Amino acid sequence: MKSAPFEYLVPASLAEALETLAGHQDETKVLAGGQSLVPLLKLRLARPRYLLDINRVPELSYLELKDGRLHLGALTRHSALGREPSARGSCPLLAEAAARIGHTAIRNRGTVGGSLCHADPAAELPAAMIALGAELKIDGPGGTRLVPAAGFFQGFMTVDLQPDEILAGLSVPVAGPGTGWSYLEVSRRHGDFAIAGVAVWLSLDDKGLFRQVGIALAGVDDRPWKARACEDFLVGKEAKEEVIAAAREQLAGFDPTGDIHASREYRELMAGELFVQALRQAVERAANNL
Amino acid sequence: MSTRTITLTVNDQTLTREVPVRKTLADFLREDLGLTGTHVGCELGQCGACTVLLNGDPVKSCLLFAVQAEGSQIVTVEGLAGKDALHPLQQAFHDHHALQCGFCTPGMLLAAVDLLSRNPAPKADEIRRHLSGNLCRCTGYVNIVKAIEAVGAGAAGTDTVSTGAVGAGNIQK
Repeated sequence: MKSAPFEYLVPASLAEALETLAGHQDETKVLAGGQSLVPLLKLRLARPRYLLDINRVPELSYLELKDGRLHLGALTRHSALGREPSARGSCPLLAEAAARIGHTAIRNRGTVGGSLCHADPAAELPAAMIALGAELKIDGPGGTRLVPAAGFFQGFMTVDLQPDEILAGLSVPVAGPGTGWSYLEVSRRHGDFAIAGVAVWLSLDDKGLFRQVGIALAGVDDRPWKARACEDFLVGKEAKEEVIAAAREQLAGFDPTGDIHASREYRELMAGELFVQALRQAVERAANNL
Repeated sequence: MSTRTITLTVNDQTLTREVPVRKTLADFLREDLGLTGTHVGCELGQCGACTVLLNGDPVKSCLLFAVQAEGSQIVTVEGLAGKDALHPLQQAFHDHHALQCGFCTPGMLLAAVDLLSRNPAPKADEIRRHLSGNLCRCTGYVNIVKAIEAVGAGAAGTDTVSTGAVGAGNIQK
């Protein structure tokens, strides 16, 4: 099984990558971890004329805590989110979500930026980034622009990224006192894409009220789905079981499809159940964290 | 056809070859170097038979182009055994009947080498989780888990499990 022929381009800097991309934008695919793109190339579902391998661009590989946020380069491997103490400690939601991606060998190559740009609606990290309120850093010929994760995903595998732009990295908030988190999903086997998944990132104040709430669902719409109405409903209310149950009543508006793995009804049911379980777990962690 | 010259280290042997840019690392190891221990199953990253260590970490060599391995250290199953003895994991697979047709074995071994390097005495559930990306179509998982557990139990407190290559295999000139 071979990819259709392509020209291999391997820039050594971000400037060179952007320049190359600008010259061949409509005929180029950017190669990061390759865990989704390479199968597409081999099946010849993708036949780009140029393959731009960004794995040797140093500006895209970083992982640092700065100004109260965790900054991740687009080339951060999934395995680093669980293994690097600074990432695991400061943003445990990412470690928890990343642990559900594929298998060990996939996580060693797959990248954070690649997962976001590929934008599979059932993928873990896009939902986690929306729950976190991640800020994406996109570089292009016109300079750098910052995009909130919630606005980045525009439809089925469609993102706010022009053909001459590269997602360079992102930043997420770090856990502090009163922070709780949870990523839960159901899949047929560990490592499969989620039938439904829920990411929660929240904080409680010292009176036990929801101070800030981020919730996003995976696998139940054409894109990772932000549970905005539930977030708004919860903020300011007491973190207790009845309130969580009431929030579940607000969970509506997403549009799952049925397929060979699960019916539409099953996905809806699982989304609601996971929503409650994930909120409970996040609240419990937040309370232990106060 | 677009080609590039790459230099990389395979099982402790540094070599330079010209490769078509669309050739996968798995095909390069098998066809250009004659290291046919790396098996190609699904070719889409689902079965794990082609697992090799890239700079110490297990990766699916069917999802990597050989040109991307420029400058890197690769260990294949041929790099596990010493001159006179099998790698402890290979010996344990033999002792525990952990291979039936043997097709998945090279990938299983390299995934297990990685696991033992991080956790010298893993429990059965940790072994199953770590090897979940490696499929055995004979479904002989029980003995694979037993073999890895045995090496872990034997190595607890000692340092007998090597993670680097000790033999080079028989790389084609």
